[in-house]
Amino acid sequence: MAQDLNYLKETPSQTAGPYVHIGLAPGAAGFDIYREELGWDIAGPNARGERIRVEGRVIDGTGSPIKDVLLEAWQANSEGIYAHPEHQGEVEDGFRGWGRVITDFDTGEWGFDTVKPGATPGRNGTTQAPHITLWIVARGINLGLNTRLYFDDETEANAADPVINLIEWERRRATLLAKRGERDGQIVYRFDIKIQGEDETVFFDI
Amino acid sequence: MTKPAEFYQRDRRWHPPALDERYKTSVARSPQYAPISLENSLSEITGPVFGHNDIDAIDNDLLSNYAQPGQSPIGERIIVHGRVLDENARPVPNTLVEIWQANAGGRYRHKKDTYLAPIDPNFGGCGRTLTDENGYYYFRTVKPGAYPWRNWVNDWRPAHIHISVFGSGFAQRLITQLYFEGDPLIAKCPIVNTIPDPKAVDQLIAALDMNATIPLDTIAYKFDIVLRGRRSTLFENRLEGN
Repeated sequence: MAQDLNYLKETPSQTAGPYVHIGLAPGAAGFDIYREELGWDIAGPNARGERIRVEGRVIDGTGSPIKDVLLEAWQANSEGIYAHPEHQGEVEDGFRGWGRVITDFDTGEWGFDTVKPGATPGRNGTTQAPHITLWIVARGINLGLNTRLYFDDETEANAADPVINLIEWERRRATLLAKRGERDGQIVYRFDIKIQGEDETVFFDI
Repeated sequence: MTKPAEFYQRDRRWHPPALDERYKTSVARSPQYAPISLENSLSEITGPVFGHNDIDAIDNDLLSNYAQPGQSPIGERIIVHGRVLDENARPVPNTLVEIWQANAGGRYRHKKDTYLAPIDPNFGGCGRTLTDENGYYYFRTVKPGAYPWRNWVNDWRPAHIHISVFGSGFAQRLITQLYFEGDPLIAKCPIVNTIPDPKAVDQLIAALDMNATIPLDTIAYKFDIVLRGRRSTLFENRLEGN
């Protein structure tokens, strides 16, 4: 027997269950308790850049929308700076870069308003195409699923993105592209996430 | 730019797999392809920062944060406390810990919960707090009751509190469940049993902590949370951005 390395083990994950809203979005569970719920405003009022809406559904292996999902988003500002002490650079006052939304109980639609992020530094001097990191939890999901939303109008940047290029099955890369459109004068990116089956979204072990 | 140092690889044999057919909902909600593994970039090493302006001091007291003035929820008064550490046993300070739970009868204050046990008018069932500079956190609440759920026809969840933790980087984001020492339902639960290693299950069981119990007032359970550790770069041979 060798010496014990003495590292602790990460606390094992468990599903968020069907009532995740009570803790993380109590208003949606049907009651008002906190002065302010967290995560409803990613970018804040002062953020520069293009205002966009990102929306979609999360689809299960039977093709049905999942109606009890909670999603969190993490992104840089329009200049590609994360609101975190390890990323040097200023973000606008009120820009947190993090958001939390739930799916509609009837339709399974989710959406959040934000600004389009800028390109961020990758490893070894590379540049990552603009993207939003998404984390998905729900009943039936034992460990939160990580994915990335990229923008379909960033063709050149996406082609050079080091993470997209890690996906050797080129056909699967398209599952990470949100489709740009417009509704009532607002830019809307559509991003449906397929948990399982045909055109299953690429998930990452980060 | 500060040099990114990665989080340790997540041990996916310690965590539950995506698919466990005994937990039925996972069957259609589990990816069939393996996840693509990424070396961390800034996108994974950074994460949201929260401060005391975001939450109120009362938010960690479930005995009073939804109770009418002078009232208290019905149930066993408990303290849940512990530390948030990383795999190197270093404290994770100033991180957001959020919890939610059923009331003493196993009923959630959620419009989708139709279990016949009654709602407690003085109990909301959620709380949140920031760890202090030593990674320490505490909540006051009532011990939740077990409740039935539609999986196999006679499945009952052990008493549990759901816990959400952030850490310093988005790669540490974690949701889990706390169980209580000695509960005979733990061994029977299909959700608990998605975890392959019994030692990993033990890590989710809060211990009765008489030292933290307030005599004649509130009984205590201790529950430490461990998030992914982070590598210290011992040999630096790349100049930029590693």
